[in-house]
Amino acid sequence: MMPSVIRALVRAVLLGSIVLATAAHAAPRVEDTMAQRLLACTGCHGAQGRAASDGYYPRIAGKPAGYLFNQLLSFRDGRRQYTLMANLLAPLTDDYLREIAAHFSQLELPYPPSQAATAGADVLTRGEALVTRGDAALHVPACTQCHGAGLMGVAPGVPALIGMPRDYLNAQLGAWRAGSRHAMAPDCMAEVAKKLAPDDISALSQWLAAQAVPAGAKPATALPAPPPLPCGGAPARGPESAR
Amino acid sequence: MKRALLRGALGIVAIGALLVALIAWLNLRGEDALTPDAAPASSDQIARGAYLARAGNCMGCHTERGGAAYAGGRGVPTPFGTVFAPNLTPDKTNGLGGWSAAEFWRALHNGRARDGRLLYPAFPYPNYTRVTRADSDAIFAYLRSLPAVAQANRAHTLPFPFDQQAALAVWRALYFRPAQPVVDAARGADWNRGAYLVEGLGHCNACHASRNALGATATPLDLAGGLIPVQNWYAPSLTSPHEAGVADWRDEQVVTLLKTGVSPRGAVMGPMSEVASGSTQYLSEPDLRAMAVYLKALQPPTTDNPPASPRASIATGTGPGAKLYDKHCAGCHGDQGEGVPGIYPALAGNRAVVMHTPANVVHLVLEGGFPPATAGNPRPYGMPPFATVLSTDEVAQLLTHIRSSWGNQGAAVSALDVTRYRGVSAR
Repeated sequence: MMPSVIRALVRAVLLGSIVLATAAHAAPRVEDTMAQRLLACTGCHGAQGRAASDGYYPRIAGKPAGYLFNQLLSFRDGRRQYTLMANLLAPLTDDYLREIAAHFSQLELPYPPSQAATAGADVLTRGEALVTRGDAALHVPACTQCHGAGLMGVAPGVPALIGMPRDYLNAQLGAWRAGSRHAMAPDCMAEVAKKLAPDDISALSQWLAAQAVPAGAKPATALPAPPPLPCGGAPARGPESAR
Repeated sequence: MKRALLRGALGIVAIGALLVALIAWLNLRGEDALTPDAAPASSDQIARGAYLARAGNCMGCHTERGGAAYAGGRGVPTPFGTVFAPNLTPDKTNGLGGWSAAEFWRALHNGRARDGRLLYPAFPYPNYTRVTRADSDAIFAYLRSLPAVAQANRAHTLPFPFDQQAALAVWRALYFRPAQPVVDAARGADWNRGAYLVEGLGHCNACHASRNALGATATPLDLAGGLIPVQNWYAPSLTSPHEAGVADWRDEQVVTLLKTGVSPRGAVMGPMSEVASGSTQYLSEPDLRAMAVYLKALQPPTTDNPPASPRASIATGTGPGAKLYDKHCAGCHGDQGEGVPGIYPALAGNRAVVMHTPANVVHLVLEGGFPPATAGNPRPYGMPPFATVLSTDEVAQLLTHIRSSWGNQGAAVSALDVTRYRGVSAR
């Protein structure tokens, strides 16, 4: 009895020292976490996905999970065009993309300061008017009608519009207007963007990028009134049913 | 004089006619008579067809990104233009709705469509010609069991003369002949099954072989590696121990690689990710083992491409490449390029890193990537793209450092190499 216990102890100590010796040589510390798996994303989207507002790449941390999942599907399946994203996501399954979306949506990280506007006061006034009141003559609804009064988006399908780089906002509205970005049908944002002139898009982006994100701000959980347009990416019955 | 001219002209016409007849005969040889379908498909036959369609990765080309399964529309880029895969669903107008099993067999075995047109070999019938009639019928039965999708086919975008049936007829006369499955009675059942899958349905040499100026492989069974046109990824030699030969792997290591996309000896990457996720992960253990047996038995080449020895001028350890490595790579791949087993590949002593062409490592650094998410490796670890972070010169310095450190003896990578393989095209 006794000798076998001693043998086991000796074996455990030996094994432990082998593991330690191996650890001393294996330099990279790799954790079995989503953050470790998704270092492929944070290279461009910033540490933990909290990109600064002065670059091109959008922040993904804290966005609604349904919205992020739909974007991942869209890049993989060709509704959004960006070769680096498309090739990265090509070999990944729906299940894994859903898990990736959930990971980034659950991160609560402080937002960077907003981007100072470079346009004049009249442009910013036009931008603010479009965002908060829309333009009845153009049949453009206010951004706040779908993206929430605080513009932080509405879970699970509608993204925030503040806390994003101006260049990115311009590029996305421009791509929708030109028909190179698509969302799930009915593509409400394509409809809206096609009614906007380039100057309007620039005014919107200038004003939106200049708004600070209040501390602790999160996506809303519901809209006070039904949205003015039907959207495939954010239907009442959930974001995945469109696929 | 007049009679001599006339005789000459007649002679030329006669030779021309003979040539046309010869080409026509070469194109039609080995065709079976088109017979009407026999019995309706059984559910067993349909299930077997579904499995075989996976083995042939039919979906890989015949489904557009995000599109309906088997409804076609994906373009296969070639140096001669883009060939669009057609609709294989049972739709009457655009798909296989009006086809018979015999017509499907003629397409697979002889490369001719239902309406008699010659098919472009971007559809790998030079491989599929080695598939049996029974398997062809099973795949046909499966495709006919799918929901019909009324998606119109896209016309190929091939410039003159590649858009001409006559040009295709000449190509086929030169490079295609219908063939039977590879069978070697002297070898075991595993080897023969492996040969059938690798050389036939698996059409591995559609990528793993080099092509001549007219897009033909050196021999129908060549697996000696080649640069994939347009995509510019290098499909390594499956025969060479310096590239992706598996002669010294254990069977189960090959099986694991094809089943999960990763293995203790290496991981799939680039276009091969798609093959593992869309095709080989669905194959049975015995079939994958048979492929391993066949691949392990391939003859190594007599003239080989060992990695070039490094130039004397390559600095190691302290140059700009070493600094870039420490900053961007060491966190995952380790200070000594040792990697993390099963997660981040070791770069020291890795033959994919030092291969004679740096095409794949250039792609990997620029584009990053995930191994495929498969049932056996559902949550892979990814590598970020560095195309937006590093300049062309920096990528060259970094790769030169990696290829010549920790005992690696790969040739230097120049900024020109990086530019050459930069071909950023969506897969």
